[in-house]
Order: sequence, then C-alpha cells, then structure tokens
Amino acid sequence: MTTTEQPPTDSMRRFDELLRADEKIEPRDWMPDEYRKTMIRQIAQHAHSEVIGQQPEGNWITRAPSLRRKAILMAKVQDEAGHGLYLYAAAETLGISRDELNQLLHTGRQKYSSIFNYPTLSWADIGAIGWLVDGAAITNQVMLTRTSYGPYARAMVRICKEESFHQRQGFEIMVTLTRGTDEQKAMAQDALDRWWWPSLAMFGPPDADSTHTEQSMAWKIKLETNDELRQKFVDMTVPQADHLGLRIPDPDLVWNEERGHYDFGEIDWDDFWQVVKGNGPCNRERIASKVRAWNDGAWVREAAAAHAERQRRRAAGNGGSNGRSSGRDRDTEVRR
Amino acid sequence: MSYDVPPIEGETDPEVVGTTGGHPLWEVFVRASRGLNHVHCGSLHAPDAETAARNARDVYTRRSEGVSVWVVPSAAIHASDPDDRESWFDSDKPYRHPTFYEIPDEVGHM
Repeated sequence: MTTTEQPPTDSMRRFDELLRADEKIEPRDWMPDEYRKTMIRQIAQHAHSEVIGQQPEGNWITRAPSLRRKAILMAKVQDEAGHGLYLYAAAETLGISRDELNQLLHTGRQKYSSIFNYPTLSWADIGAIGWLVDGAAITNQVMLTRTSYGPYARAMVRICKEESFHQRQGFEIMVTLTRGTDEQKAMAQDALDRWWWPSLAMFGPPDADSTHTEQSMAWKIKLETNDELRQKFVDMTVPQADHLGLRIPDPDLVWNEERGHYDFGEIDWDDFWQVVKGNGPCNRERIASKVRAWNDGAWVREAAAAHAERQRRRAAGNGGSNGRSSGRDRDTEVRR
Repeated sequence: MSYDVPPIEGETDPEVVGTTGGHPLWEVFVRASRGLNHVHCGSLHAPDAETAARNARDVYTRRSEGVSVWVVPSAAIHASDPDDRESWFDSDKPYRHPTFYEIPDEVGHM
C-alpha cells in the first residue's frame, strides 16, 4: 500500500483546496494516509456487502414463483456481483490488491453490511429486501455519488442507475402479495416485520455514537449523517407501507407536524452490535459459503492463467506474427 | 436479542486457499453508440485479452450500455504526473479562445 510519511505542506494544501472547491480526489493525487485508509475500508466494506448480498437472494432463485420472477432475480443477483466488481476496482486504485481484499473478507478482518446476516425465510423476503434493503442502500448511495474520491463516486453513479430496478422489482413483489390471498398478505407483513428494524440499522450507529462521521464529513466522504439519511428513508418509506396496507412494526412511529418528519422508536443497538460482532443468525454461514466458493474456484483461476500463458508462448513461438497478442507483460499488475 | 447459533457437528471454519492467480488488471473502454468515442468505464482482472473483453461485456454492459468494448492492460498506460499539471496544462493563453475577441455588435453572430 502506498503511504506517504511526512506530507509536504504543499500537497496537503492542494488536497484541502480540491476538497474546498468540491473537486474530486483522483488516484494519483497526494492524500493523507488516514483518508486513504478510510476510503479503502469503506469501499471494501461496500464491495464485500454487494458480494455477500448475493447469498440471501440467491437462496430463492430456484424457488421463484414464476419464470418472470426467476429471470428478474437472476438479473438482480448478477447486478450485485457486478456492483462488487466496480467497487473492488475502485478500491484497488488506492493501492490495495484484490488478493488482499479477498483475504480480509475471508478471514473476517473486514466487514460487510450486517443486514446480510439475516435469513430469507419466505418469498416475501425477496420483495422486502428489494423494497427496504435496496431502498435504504439507495438513500446512502445517492449521497455517495457526490463523495470526494473520484473512482468511488463514479462507481456509485453506475450502481445507483441499476439499484432503481432492484427497489422497484421488490416493491412490485410486495404489491402483488398484498393484493393476493390472506396468506400472501400475512407473508408480506411478516417480511416487513422482520426486515424493518435491520433496514433502519443499516445506516449505522446514531450520530452521537458514530466514531467516523465527523472526519468523514470533513473529508466530504460522507455528505449527510447516519441519522439524517435514516430519517430520509423513514419519511420516504412510511407512505409506501401505507399504500401497501402494511403496518410498520413500530408503535412509536408518528408524523411530527412541527418537524415535518416522522418520529420513530429506538433501534435495538445491542442486537445490531451482536450481529456486527459475528453473532447474527447467518454470519458464519455467509463467510463459509463465500470461502467455499473461492476455494472451489481456485482450479478455474489457475487453469485460466495456465491457458493464457500457453497461448502467449504459442504466439511468441510463431515469431509474434500476431501483433495483437505478442509482447504483453502479464506479470506487471501494478497500475500506473 | 442475541443469536447463539451452535456449530453443526463437525463444522469448522474452512481454510482459505489460493489467490486471484496473478490475473493482471485491464482497463475497460466502452463505445456507447456508433459515432461516439470509446470511454473509460472501469477495470477488471482477467488472465488474457479475450477473457478480459468477455468479462468486460458482462461487468460493464448488462443493459446495452455499449456497441463496442476495448480492453487495455493497465500496465500499458503511461499517465502524466499530477504534480506537473501547471506546466502541462497551462491556462494563460486566453487568445486561443473565441471569447477573447471583440466583434462589433452590428456584425451579429460570428
């Protein structure tokens, strides 16, 4: 990882100027070590979340209720893989390698969003995830399209365009269920009951307890606080639940005319921290599945590398007559 | 609420093996439609150019974002130094811009 020990004051001044002018920081710009570390941690956690997030939904692909729903769910899960890849690529511009990122996830030294440590128990959960979990993610990601690190912001623009489909397909599932039989309505309500609070917790600890918020705001990594984003999400989602005829599982939820916002109850932060610490219902299963997939894929990666190497040798043996495939240096993986 | 999920009998944390296999990094450029330039849109790892192009299609053009894809080994890109920007990208020649010149109003649009 690139580190700069004693920042020349010119570089620091230039960095501050760029931030003040709302310009982006780009990979080859000087940046404080702490900014780089924070950025790597945040982008990596985001990338890992997209990748692990494939599991709870992938769980329902074989049991989707129609071919239409199945095709949609496959497209969505494939998008999550793509989002993970955009984000890993963005993280790598900061000088960390893909292997390191994988290792950090596989050994539990980097986290992913705790929301994916809850199980998807019924088909209605696929609707609730799209509507609530992707809805919460979009609220955060729309802000991040304006974040100060260029590659991260650009990845977010791409991701936000695609997430809109995710939320709408989830809401459509909820609409269909709530217009269905009593049993289907009950399924939809049950899914909302289980996903509501974890979705609110996705925005992270309250501002008063958030260790990173202040510095992240100063660096324009975050432009709104956890509590502001959470409020935005609640205000947006309550009327949607009303439209569905579903009851949000919060007795304290009430419109506050004076604030122009909904008041809502206290999140169970003990539960949140339990899940963050690895004691959620699916933590071990998620990582074990990820590591198994990684290990099982090792031979494919090795075979692909061996094939590429052989093609290269063959092309070189032909005197490099094919100009397109000769003269590449496969071992230089260092960017710029 | 706390979840206490006991390990299944014989369940152990799997050992992590292998690496990305040294697949190099490629920069991906996509032409959105005929008549436009290929524009950089991201990067990916792949063992060779052919695989890189195919993966670029899957990763960066799932919604008809393009009609053509280029992949270039990242190591092949030589970039200018951000510290040289002032000497490289000077902005002190306003006479190179049309707005530098005053044209009498009665001449109209030029």
